[in-house]
Amino acid sequence: MIKVENLVKKYGTKVAVNDISFTVGDREIVGFLGPNGAGKSTTMNILTGYLSSTSGKVEIDGQDILENSNKAKSSIGYLPEIPPLYMDMTVKEYLNFVYELKGCKLNRKKHIQEILNVVKIEDVYNRLIRNLSRGYRQRVGIAQALIGNPKVIILDEPTIGLDPKQIVEVRNLIRTLGRDHSVILSTHILSEVQAVCDRIVIVNKGRVVADKPTDEISESYTGKRRLEAKICGNPKEVLNALRSLQGVTKAEALSQHELDATTFIIESEPGIDIRKPLFNLLASKNMPLVGLKELGMNLEDIFISLTNDPTKAPARKGSVVKRASAGNNQRKEK
Amino acid sequence: MAAIYKRELRAYFTTGIGYVFCAVFLAITGFSFSMFTMQYAVGGEKMDLPMYFLIVILAMVVLLPLLTMKSFAEDKKLKTEQLILTSPVSLMSMVSAKFFAAYTVFAGTLIVSSSYFLVLSLYGEPTYSIIFGYLIGILLLGAAFCAVGIFISSLTENQLIAAVGTIAVLMIMIASSMLNNFIDSAVVRTVLSWISVYSRFSNFTYGLFDFSALLYYISICFAFLFLTVRVYEKRRWE
Repeated sequence: MIKVENLVKKYGTKVAVNDISFTVGDREIVGFLGPNGAGKSTTMNILTGYLSSTSGKVEIDGQDILENSNKAKSSIGYLPEIPPLYMDMTVKEYLNFVYELKGCKLNRKKHIQEILNVVKIEDVYNRLIRNLSRGYRQRVGIAQALIGNPKVIILDEPTIGLDPKQIVEVRNLIRTLGRDHSVILSTHILSEVQAVCDRIVIVNKGRVVADKPTDEISESYTGKRRLEAKICGNPKEVLNALRSLQGVTKAEALSQHELDATTFIIESEPGIDIRKPLFNLLASKNMPLVGLKELGMNLEDIFISLTNDPTKAPARKGSVVKRASAGNNQRKEK
Repeated sequence: MAAIYKRELRAYFTTGIGYVFCAVFLAITGFSFSMFTMQYAVGGEKMDLPMYFLIVILAMVVLLPLLTMKSFAEDKKLKTEQLILTSPVSLMSMVSAKFFAAYTVFAGTLIVSSSYFLVLSLYGEPTYSIIFGYLIGILLLGAAFCAVGIFISSLTENQLIAAVGTIAVLMIMIASSMLNNFIDSAVVRTVLSWISVYSRFSNFTYGLFDFSALLYYISICFAFLFLTVRVYEKRRWE
């Protein structure tokens, strides 16, 4: 449905997008993930024909965005980072304007009513956009992108500025849209793409650093199993005991929270579940296990390891300390 | 194109700029009309039609930029241009829709103000050919002014800069015919005569329809609207 080949965009000497290629299939939801300034919005603006690329090619539903721009544009619904709303219009006037602007041929009343139902803005239909809250404005922006029932829907940070309840609603909405549209969704919120997208394209500094189905991307970086265990007893003795256990590749004491319980990070070889032997061992040595948590490498870790250094392979060999500090960075970023 | 035209035209009257333009334009022209025609007549003098239309033109120089200043500047600032530029609409139709919206408000107001002459015809026998000549000339001049304003609006996202810039350029265009008398260099004189919108006006004031002037004003319109399209094309590639 969308084909992007070797896209390059330079602003003067600054390279915003550096050789990006990817495709989006029919009825696929693709998450376009990257830190701020990675080139996400630029790419989206090129996809929709708002900007022209320095070199490279974009095809929407078989139509080149530059050569057959009107045909290509009519199969796109686009919600830019800042919803393009006219403050002096009511929602009704605005949606009718967009309907005419896009030269839509569907039954006007029925079509707009359907969209109102989908994005749930019926109750503000006759109000001025100026007086709407951020969440409603965002939804009017999404409504605008849906007019004309375009095959491709491009959403640039659709949940930014929304409250948690609205975020969940918008995510559900996007998932619904994915049933009959191809959707590209850009975001820097990782849980969002995990929750919504079929496939993730991760970009950093204008380049694609990963392009895989969502479940595969999580799986491929979680080869090693990590456990976080809270164990009572002398930390040194506990560590020795842990290291003696078969399959354990690394054990490390992190911190002492409670009076005599210490938190340990234990890494084991892929494919070996050490939780039962661990319990038995600790029981036999009278070291009570008071807490146990599995630490799968989540998307945040993958993301950080990929975007920090795209030339190196993802953090399979990264140490616990590195990951722990990466985790801290992530918390700081939030 | 119709959608953008309708929206722009409506926006003039939902934001109030249209009302301000109409009110001030009608007030200035109404006042000068009663001054230069009726009051003069009371004093036993001949009515001064050229003076009235000169005031109309000066009012246009100051007021027309109010109509064109927001055309693109506002769209750029509010990012609503992203909606229009990603819709299946060509740049030329976007630019001309905005031009015609501004022009409609201007032409409409001018036509309303022409009703003054109906009052005049009740009391005397004005020379209609001269009045129509002037009105056609002013309609053409207004189109050229609108095109200049639209172009300047596309260069900035600040409405105030667009308005003041347009007033300045229009003043230079008006003044260039007078400046010409003081310049020796043939080259400068030729260049100034190209942009001298006022000197093309004279035949209309005799009640003559000047085809070459018509072409001139239409070319000015096209030139500036085309430049506006180029501004947008260039920005895409930047």
